[in-house]
Amino acid sequence: MARVLMKGCEAIAEAAVRAGCRFFAGYPITPQNEIPEYFSRRLPEVGGTFVQGESEVASVNMVYGAASAGTRSMTSSSSPGIALKSEGISYCAAARIPMVYANISRGGPGVGAIQPAQQDYFQATKASGNGGFEMMVLAPATVQEAVDLTYAAFDYADRDRNPVLILADGVIGTMMEPVELPEMKSDEEVAAIKESKKSWACIGHKLDYANRAWIQPGHWLTDEMQKANEDAEEMYKSWEKDIMVEEYMVEDAEAVIAAYGISGRIGKSVVDILRKEGKKVGLIRPITVHPFPYKSFDKIDYSKCKGILDVEMSIPAQFVKDVEVAVKGRCPIDTCLCSGGNIMSREAVIEAVNKIIEK
Amino acid sequence: MELIYSRTKTIQEDKVSGFCPGCMHSTVIKLIGEVLEEMDLVEKAACVLGIGCCGLHMDYIAYDNTTAPHGRACAVATGMKRTNPDSLVFTYQGDGDFASIGLAESMSAANRGENITVIFINNGIYGMTGGQMAPTTLIGMKASTAPKGRIAEEHGYPMHMCEILNQLTAPAYLVRTSCNTPANVIKTKNAIKKAFQNQLDGKGFSMVEIVTSCPTNWGLDPLDSLKFIEEKMLPEFPLGVIRDK
Repeated sequence: MARVLMKGCEAIAEAAVRAGCRFFAGYPITPQNEIPEYFSRRLPEVGGTFVQGESEVASVNMVYGAASAGTRSMTSSSSPGIALKSEGISYCAAARIPMVYANISRGGPGVGAIQPAQQDYFQATKASGNGGFEMMVLAPATVQEAVDLTYAAFDYADRDRNPVLILADGVIGTMMEPVELPEMKSDEEVAAIKESKKSWACIGHKLDYANRAWIQPGHWLTDEMQKANEDAEEMYKSWEKDIMVEEYMVEDAEAVIAAYGISGRIGKSVVDILRKEGKKVGLIRPITVHPFPYKSFDKIDYSKCKGILDVEMSIPAQFVKDVEVAVKGRCPIDTCLCSGGNIMSREAVIEAVNKIIEK
Repeated sequence: MELIYSRTKTIQEDKVSGFCPGCMHSTVIKLIGEVLEEMDLVEKAACVLGIGCCGLHMDYIAYDNTTAPHGRACAVATGMKRTNPDSLVFTYQGDGDFASIGLAESMSAANRGENITVIFINNGIYGMTGGQMAPTTLIGMKASTAPKGRIAEEHGYPMHMCEILNQLTAPAYLVRTSCNTPANVIKTKNAIKKAFQNQLDGKGFSMVEIVTSCPTNWGLDPLDSLKFIEEKMLPEFPLGVIRDK
């Protein structure tokens, strides 16, 4: 398929349409405005529906409604707006409603800064709403990866009947890169996906007490609520097989960069530069930040490795907490951080890696 | 002998309602069920329930339903109806849900003229949480969070949702009814029927506001509650068709 030059946000939207997304509701917030704007032009062309909600809160609930009625649906926002969506996301998780949403994250906390950041890691991976539910969280490092992960996200969501989060940042969202777009699902395929959800979708059923559609984001009976959480936990455990990670020159490394998203991409370029200088540097870049690829860190040769460098655009560091769990104290962990909308500098990463190697 | 009345099949036979004595939720849900059956719409029904006592129906009704987050029913209904125009999508919400926490969703759905139906239960109080002040609580009426009664200078005045929505261009049908007398119960049923018919005809947003009682939190017995509706609630919330286009 021909490569096209696309902006990250627009590429994510196009990938969603190609995956069969036929409903999008969103609310303006920088730096993700190109996603709703693109959907507003594109969805009518394929018989889909775009709604500009009155708020992030309303938008995610429109998606909850559309997805409850069986349509592949999506919303997007950026950090403060994602916080507002947490109510609806929690309801979708509780009611086991498949939906996809994207966080083109920016500086925080509060209104933060409109520039790119990775300040939402804990929120994305640990507590995206009340109630302790979990989601698959996919973190692209290129526009191509954003496309591929968005396309796959709808399948994961439908398979599990659970929300899936695309955790990108303002760099991925606003950068233009050449991409290969996935195949467009035909109208028949899109209709078949919707048809497959008919038994549980809230669309009207024959009068039948047992088989009515009953979308339940909670339970009156404590035993039923516990059972629902036990079933959900089974699903979370099944994600071990879905872990995606880039392990780059890790085996002989004296220093390993651990980073995700755009920081991971910058980290990889550092590996290439320093390897040319004969320095043994590697990279572990989780693509699924939840489930987290803890086992990848077992591939490090700790008799050679002098240290791990956690690189992230967040102060305080957040991703490092998962790295600590994975490393289990087998070598020291340094950090290379920036925040506030500043983009990670490659020079700063090189300097921090050199410090580890020269130890 | 000719059968002239039977219980609506849209309420599950083996379930016992958890509503308090004198509560009109059960009356209204019966009327909705009868209308769905009479209009042959049960198989198209997709009900979006609010949070609070209005959500208790989830366990009793026999047709499709979803529970929305508190106040968000009109947004959830928007997503449902836009993607499944053949479904009969209606929300069932109390006054805290529709007129307080959900004000933005309610107003915006009405302003967009969403082709949905809203059944709005106005009893002037929060029921499930124990009698806190609602946007519709009358001046002077006591609530657990307004122990001296609603004071205009501190709390503002009761909100008249039909009249407020009547400022918008898009809504098709705005009506206020009650269930305090047999005649008003019949009028309420007819209003629900008309609101559903509007949706079938693609007319857009219809709302039936129903003035009801909450004997438990009003601290009145069911009969005195009817008197309270007549003497206190209805002068504040006059019944009638506010918009019909």
